[in-house]
Amino acid sequence: MTDATLTTQTFTVTRADLVAYAEASGDHNPIHQDERVARSVGLPGVIAHGMYTMALAARAVGTWFPGAEVVSFGCKFTQPVVVPAEGGVEVEVAGEVKSADDGLTTLALTVTSGGQKVLGMPKAVVRA
Amino acid sequence: MPIDAGLVGRTFPPTPLYSVTPDSVAAFAAATGTTWRSGEPAPATYPIVLAFDAMNAFLEAEQVQLHRIVHGEQRFAYERPVVPGDQLTATLTVASLRQIGGNDIIGTASEITDADGALVCTTTATLVHRGEGA
Repeated sequence: MTDATLTTQTFTVTRADLVAYAEASGDHNPIHQDERVARSVGLPGVIAHGMYTMALAARAVGTWFPGAEVVSFGCKFTQPVVVPAEGGVEVEVAGEVKSADDGLTTLALTVTSGGQKVLGMPKAVVRA
Repeated sequence: MPIDAGLVGRTFPPTPLYSVTPDSVAAFAAATGTTWRSGEPAPATYPIVLAFDAMNAFLEAEQVQLHRIVHGEQRFAYERPVVPGDQLTATLTVASLRQIGGNDIIGTASEITDADGALVCTTTATLVHRGEGA
């Protein structure tokens, strides 16, 4: 599949999502729950788990390539996604097919929040 | 306190065998906004559950407080998808360590293997340990 038109996916992240993710993943780092702890280590507020944002990027890949096996997936966490106590923050995942050979499709992703990139060079390779 | 540079190259003991259950896969999928159906593999980032266990054991052994850790980078290379029924363990090696501006930048690599000892996934992480003055 070489469909280059991948529809950008938008997700809203709330504090409740972080609580649920902490429970399911086992990552109970309080910087993802507690404003005071987050600020005490110099963060601007409660931030989403980087792995939560990465999971949203994987979710977008799964929407674009349903059922495709993921062969590799990686990114840097370059900017924190600050999640307010009330309401939520939007994360947008855009994708572009960079290459498709030998049954492997390489996707370059762009993951932003508030117009700013939050992941560095996120890339996924899927068997599709 | 900076992390001891002598840790580079050290491999920590494998984490206790973790049984991948349909419930845990479904819960992970639900928490990341997707629906898992029986017969499907686990979501792509699911192996972080194992890698996180291994990281926690490493941090505890080195008396590093989790709230001082921020995630810098994560990469997964999969040999095969994780499926319910798998019994997995993660073995973490400290790959690199440097200090920048009072923070420790720790590179780790974790091999996730199944009950037969076959490699399922290799995952590398960069952890930023924020120093007391940060």
